[in-house]
Formats: sequence, structure tokens, C-alpha cells
Amino acid sequence: MKNFIKRFYIGIIFVFLYAPIVTLIALSFNSSKTRAKWGGFTFKWYASLLQDEIILQALWNTLIIAFLSSLIATVIGTAACVAMQSMSRKMRALFMGITNIPMLNADIVTGISLMLLYISLGVRFGFSTILLSHITFNIPYVILSVMPRMKQLNPHTYEAALDLGASHVYAFFKVVFPDILPGVLTGFLMAFTMSLDDFIITHFTKGAGIDTLSTKIYTEVKKGIKPEMYALSTIIFIAVICLLLIINIFGKKSAQKDMRQDN
Amino acid sequence: MNRKKALQAPYLFWSVMFILIPLCMIFYYGFTDKTGAFTLENIMAIATAEHAKALWLSMLLSLVSTVLCLVIAYPLAMILSSMNVSQNSFIVVIFILPMWMNFLLRTLAWQTLLEKTGVINNILSFLHLPALNIINTPPAIILGMVYNFLPFMVLPIYNALVKIDKNVINAAKDLGANQVQTFIRIILPLSIPGVISGITMVFVPALTTFVISTLLGGSKILLIGNVIEQEFTRAGNWYLGSGLSIVLMIFIIVNMVLSSVFDKDGEGAIL
Repeated sequence: MKNFIKRFYIGIIFVFLYAPIVTLIALSFNSSKTRAKWGGFTFKWYASLLQDEIILQALWNTLIIAFLSSLIATVIGTAACVAMQSMSRKMRALFMGITNIPMLNADIVTGISLMLLYISLGVRFGFSTILLSHITFNIPYVILSVMPRMKQLNPHTYEAALDLGASHVYAFFKVVFPDILPGVLTGFLMAFTMSLDDFIITHFTKGAGIDTLSTKIYTEVKKGIKPEMYALSTIIFIAVICLLLIINIFGKKSAQKDMRQDN
Repeated sequence: MNRKKALQAPYLFWSVMFILIPLCMIFYYGFTDKTGAFTLENIMAIATAEHAKALWLSMLLSLVSTVLCLVIAYPLAMILSSMNVSQNSFIVVIFILPMWMNFLLRTLAWQTLLEKTGVINNILSFLHLPALNIINTPPAIILGMVYNFLPFMVLPIYNALVKIDKNVINAAKDLGANQVQTFIRIILPLSIPGVISGITMVFVPALTTFVISTLLGGSKILLIGNVIEQEFTRAGNWYLGSGLSIVLMIFIIVNMVLSSVFDKDGEGAIL
């Protein structure tokens, strides 16, 4: 009985979380153009998606910004974590405090503060302003997932490598990096996801000529979302699930090994 | 020594340039007028009827949705942490996965579900139950907030709960505590960092949102986020917009202080 209630509760939450997603997937197969009416099953939006250059351009912008921003954020964030290892407690607390600002601050405040910065610097709004903003809010995700790994490190192994004649760089990549790699990858993935899903900060820091998927959808809200958009997000969603399944199947052995090390 | 500097320099530069200076700019614009002279007018503008009403409504809606999130998430986190899932990441994935569907589309889908002739009302009428007419009302906005921010409440609480040493709970039971006592005296206090972190992570975005109210509240309901957004994108009055943001930041800072007092070691971290 108790187990039944538990399962039932999880089931309800699951329905709550995934009902809108099922709705969107259903809408992508809806041949009627309005979302209020079901007009029968069709694949035509998937076909017309391939010809819709505006949406494809927005998709390209979204992906390239997400990739570049999370990559740069991962490099800067990981370097900062390495540097923080040898800092005094006070300095480290200060660094972590600053790191927490974009995490805890409201997106709208971060967005407008960056907008004011670009205006006063006279930077032209466009691709580069979006990229800079995304790097800014991505770095904390990297630091927060690399830092715990960093703390678990045994500092003596690195020193031992140095004693045995390894250079700093060689010792870092041979000794430290493999141990923090899971944290670095998690950080990169978190950053990528956050960048992909961001609307608010992009809304304030994009120029007139450029759109990501989020800002494109927002401008379409009033006149009605193009069904191609549902088709595209269905494809993205299914692709991510497939990717996760592949990682799960192939990564299971290494994950188990990893967990044993943790315990 | 130089190596250390070279490693920390990029982040130091980045955080000063793109975090600290922009924040100072908000304060600069918030406390000056168009001629550059010092003024408190932009801050005091929160007291005008229209702005005060928006702030009040935002606080009300975000409080209600934070409480709802907590009430829904705590039992859920307890159930999840009691399940012996071999891979913790599986649970995280379940909650992160929806984020790969665009946030705006996910929220818009609720329009389709909630509409007068929408999916939910069709099911209700099929079951001969009274129709649910909440689209374009504050309850729809609350639903949107709970839907979007629930994962941010579940994950920190879940992380705090799985970290609790099972031996501590067993010790309490050995010493004669019943389930309720164990919960109140052991589990609840140890999970507080997660709860506090969850509250901050839900309350701040809920208080400041302008998207959810635009998508689910029709165009009539203005939250403080909508007011600020309009000042920046339509009215072009950055001074007033910054002033109102400073007022908002007071709430955010109170939240930050609370979370740092209760969660010194970052135990309730979402990751």
C-alpha cells in the first residue's frame, strides 16, 4: 500500500512535468495550423521545416552560441578552479561569492545590467553580445561542478608527479585532469543546457538582426507559433533522449567504476 | 606564482567586467536622472499605485508558488531518496530533461492544456466534472511558476537528503524514536540547507519573471518583471527601469544572505 502511494505520487508529478512536452510533440503532428484544433496526423511540418531558413538560422545561432559559450566558460571556469586550490581561504570565499552572484541574481537583472554595460561601452548588439552574456552566466555552472571534484583531489599526487620530473602542464593533464574530468563534463553539459534554454538574458542583449530559437518563439507568440517550431523541438528532444540512452549504455561500465572510486 | 596568476586572471577579469561593473551600472542609472544628477525618484517610483500593485502581486504569486513547490517537492525528494536507484544521475536527468524542450514552448503548451476548450477541460467534461477556467488568471501564472521551477526545489532537497548518513537515522531508531520523531529531530534539520537553497532558487525567478505572466496571464496581469521589461524594451526609460530593479535586488540580497547563513558549506547545492 505504502509503495503504491509512493509510485502514484511520482506518477502524478511525472505526468505534470511531461504533459506539456507530450502536448508539443502531438502538436508537431497536427495538420491543422492552429493549436486549438486537431486536424489529423501529418508529417508536413517536418518537411517544411527543412525549407524554413529563418528557423534554421535561429537554430544555428542557438547551437553555435551554446557550444562556444559553454566551451569558453569551461576553460575559464576550470582554470579558475585550479587557481582557487592554492588560494587563501579568504580569497577563495571572495571568488566563490562573486561566482554565486549570477546564480542567485534574477535573470532579468543580469540581463539589463549587461545591456547597460554594452550600451555604455558602445558595443554593437548582435552575435558577440549574446555570446559574451552566455559565457558570463555559464561560468558559475562550470565552477560549481568542478569545485567539488577539485576538493576531493589528493594534492600529493600532483607534487609527486612534479618530483618525478613532470612539468606543471604535463603533471596537470596526466594527474589532475583525469580526476576532475567528470566534473568538467558535467559543467560543460549544464552550461550547454542553460545556454540553450535561456531566453531572458538573450532577450535583453541581442540586437535587432539576430534571433535565437527562444527569442524567435517569443516574437511569434502574439501571431501564433509556426508548427515547424513544434517539429523542430520534437526533433531536438528525441535526439537528446537517444543521446542519453547511448551514453547510458556505453557509459555504464565507466560510471560503475567511477562510483566505486567515490565510495 | 605567475602560473597561478595566469590561471585566475581570465576569470578575475571576466567577473569584474561582466558581473561587478554591470551591477554598478544599474546602481548608477537607478540613482541618476537623464541629466546625470543624483535622484531618488527612480527608487521612490515603486510607491506609485501601478508599480506597488505589480510588486505586491509578484510577491503574492511567488510566495504561493514557492510554498506549493516546497509542499510538492519535499515528499517527492523523500520518496526519490528512499528508492535505491543505482544511478543517482537518472533522477537528475528526469528533471533536467524537460529543459531541452524550449522553456517558452513548454510554458505555451499549458495554454493548449488549460484553454476553455483545451485538453484538460475536454477530459473533465468527459468525466462530467466542472470545467477549469484558470487561463489568463493569477492561478494559471502560479501553475506556470510551479511547473517551471519545481526541479529547482526537488534537486537541492534530494541532494541534502541522500547525503544524510543512514547510521544517524538508525541510531535514532535504536534509541527508541518513532518515525515521526526521527523525521522531525533528525531528517528535517539535516535537510534544511537543501530546503533553503530550493526556496531561493524558486522564489527569485518567480518574483522577477515576466515571461510566465505574459504567456499564461494574458496581457492584463502585470508583474513587477513586466513593468521593468517594458521600461527597458518599449519605454526606453533605463533610469526608471534600473531604479525598480534596485528595489527588486533588495529582496534578492535578503534571499542571498538567508541562504548563506543557513547553508555555509554549500551543502544544498543543486549540482
